[in-house]
Amino acid sequence: MSSLTTTEARQAASAQRKKRITAFMFVVPLLVFILLTFVAPIASMLWRSVHHPTVAELIPHTLEALKDWDGKAVPDQHTLQIFAVELNGLAKERLSGKLAEEFNRAYTGMSSVVKSTARKVAKLKGDDLRDKGAQTLLDANPKWQRTDLWYAIQRAGEKYTYDYYLTALDLELKPDTGIQVREETQIYLQLYSKTLTMALVITLLCAALGYPLSYYLAGLSENRANLLLVLVLLPFWTSLLVRTTAWIALLQTNGVINSFLMGVGLTNEPFEMLYTSFATVVAMTHILLPFMILPLYSVMRGIDPSYMRAALSLGDKPIPAFAKIYLPMTLPGLSAGALLVFIISVGYYITPALVGGTDGQMISNIIAFHMQRSNNWELAAALGSLLLALILLLYWLYDRFVGASNIKLG
Amino acid sequence: MARSLSTGISAFALAAAMGLASLGAHAEESLTVVSWGGSYGAAQKNHMIDPFQKDTGVKVLFEDYSGGVAEMKAQVESGNIQWDVVDVEVIDLERACSEGLLETIPHDILPAGADGTPAEKDFIPDALSNECAIGNIVWSVVYAYNEKTIGNTKATSIADFFDTAKIPGKRAMRKRPQVNMEWALMADGVAPKDVYEVLATPEGQERAFKKLDTIKKDIVWFDSWSQAPQLLNDGGAVLVQSANGRFYDSIRKEGKPFVIVWDGHVYDLDAWAVLKGSPKKDLAFKFIAYATQSKPLAGMSDVAYGPTRKSSTPMMDPAAAPHLPTAHLDKGIRAGSEFWADYGESLGEKFNEWLLK
Repeated sequence: MSSLTTTEARQAASAQRKKRITAFMFVVPLLVFILLTFVAPIASMLWRSVHHPTVAELIPHTLEALKDWDGKAVPDQHTLQIFAVELNGLAKERLSGKLAEEFNRAYTGMSSVVKSTARKVAKLKGDDLRDKGAQTLLDANPKWQRTDLWYAIQRAGEKYTYDYYLTALDLELKPDTGIQVREETQIYLQLYSKTLTMALVITLLCAALGYPLSYYLAGLSENRANLLLVLVLLPFWTSLLVRTTAWIALLQTNGVINSFLMGVGLTNEPFEMLYTSFATVVAMTHILLPFMILPLYSVMRGIDPSYMRAALSLGDKPIPAFAKIYLPMTLPGLSAGALLVFIISVGYYITPALVGGTDGQMISNIIAFHMQRSNNWELAAALGSLLLALILLLYWLYDRFVGASNIKLG
Repeated sequence: MARSLSTGISAFALAAAMGLASLGAHAEESLTVVSWGGSYGAAQKNHMIDPFQKDTGVKVLFEDYSGGVAEMKAQVESGNIQWDVVDVEVIDLERACSEGLLETIPHDILPAGADGTPAEKDFIPDALSNECAIGNIVWSVVYAYNEKTIGNTKATSIADFFDTAKIPGKRAMRKRPQVNMEWALMADGVAPKDVYEVLATPEGQERAFKKLDTIKKDIVWFDSWSQAPQLLNDGGAVLVQSANGRFYDSIRKEGKPFVIVWDGHVYDLDAWAVLKGSPKKDLAFKFIAYATQSKPLAGMSDVAYGPTRKSSTPMMDPAAAPHLPTAHLDKGIRAGSEFWADYGESLGEKFNEWLLK
């Protein structure tokens, strides 16, 4: 460096910088794409799962008044009065429906109560509203006298809440007993464990099927291997829905497989295969198998066959030699394949729904339900965030015990 | 090289931006209408969309969705309105409207019926009862069987749907609590008029799930009405639930030997609504006024959906008349949109819990 003059050094540095900027420019589209389609949605999901200001924005004064409430009896006349005035305002701005939905979420059955009460309260004007508001409220529906309803409203009024995470874990918060197991419905933990079990089974099956095939492919001449690889990739060129529907045609009661089995006389009664977990596992293993084969194959291709020959010529038996020499060298490919298959199948949605019948309910289906039908995006976000956390946890465990550094995709 | 590349990129970006801008300019004369696709969508295209395009010169982008308010909510909340007019199920309408996702539609945009009856009197009351939408069809959830696969004993009542001793074989239902819970109660002997009252109680819900339990292992679940005729056709199920129009279309167009059982059917309306904040609100109103005239509505009888205007009846194909839900109202119940606004979410969770058991 000492032989360079300062000008030369500066020139070199600026040339370097230019190069770096050019290189960066190449990456910018991808970076923007990832930020927009990956980082931003995940961030907004995490944010939405804890931030829920709707109720606080709709009835700020009522919540303010509820702060002094002891939680033992119906809130005092003054608080009810404030709520009546706010409800009247909301009804006029056509926002009472929003409040109805929020209350209904906190306390089932409130949607129609809020709407009908809002209609009655909206008729009151001026002094009447101030004098008779509370009474109109209580007359409109006996539910307004329930203490647990007001507690639920108070909870729903929190801008930042972990309630959705509690629900996602089948828990709930009660005024007197604290956090306890949810009384009404308990589904989410079951769904998580079911989803993970299915994913695990599918991953193991893919490994069991993919490993020998990749081994066989890796031992062939390049031309033949490429030809056979095309066959492995072929399903990728077919739409996912078509592949799934093809399984329906194969597995259904009067489908190809049953007709064949009955035709050759192996069985008299058709087997129930479609709309069971069996169908889900078979169809998903088929769909995800290439994700296992490709990394395995590329890793196996790179393994010098002379290692195995050396082990054998040094007197090791074939099976121990395979276990000690070959298998450890293929682990990076196996890990990569297993991780890909596992993570994809955890989020799988269409195939279980189409071929799995009653058993085809996975955690992703219930997330979709909360997104599309019940409109409870906050709960959907909490469920999604938990799923993400779960996967990260599994990945961390995997990294600790197997080591993520040895993953090799090709 | 680097310079020419970055110039290239910025030129491309500029071109893309201009392309988007010109799209925006073009969008002025087009209208996005969203409905359910399938045979119903085809009938709407024939009788509403195509004539409207021809008469007004407005280009209509006709798209499909599968119901629910999620997409509408996303568009209104983000302020990025892609849809203008949407065909909404009344079960969702109640909610979408009160949450402020839809525009209020003034009734004075509606022309008088073909026979001169003023719109307010011409429409059936339910069609105009919601301020955010104009009723478009009366449709119904029914079940049907295939003459070829049913065997000797035919199904006639809603109780038969739950009677696997009488009619053995699979039943296909849409995977959701709506309608299925009502059917379970009616099959269990609850009077149709009391169904929603009973279903609002925990005991009633338990009763419905118990009844569903009796056929649980025989149920094939599907997610879209369009899957239903296929299941009935290829023998995937013996008794299949669907919208009446889906079956009627298969019977009429493909000559399938399907028989619809009307007992205990749950009927509902579909309505045209306009998304809140649509930049083409006036054009959207114009479309709705056009599409809900007597003649286009009469065309919906192609798929056996009843018209919401009385003046449409004489214009309909008389062959379709016995297949319309309106001809069987006494055997069915009106879907409880208010009930499902209250219990949709909690019963949805319970239903999923029941599925997992």
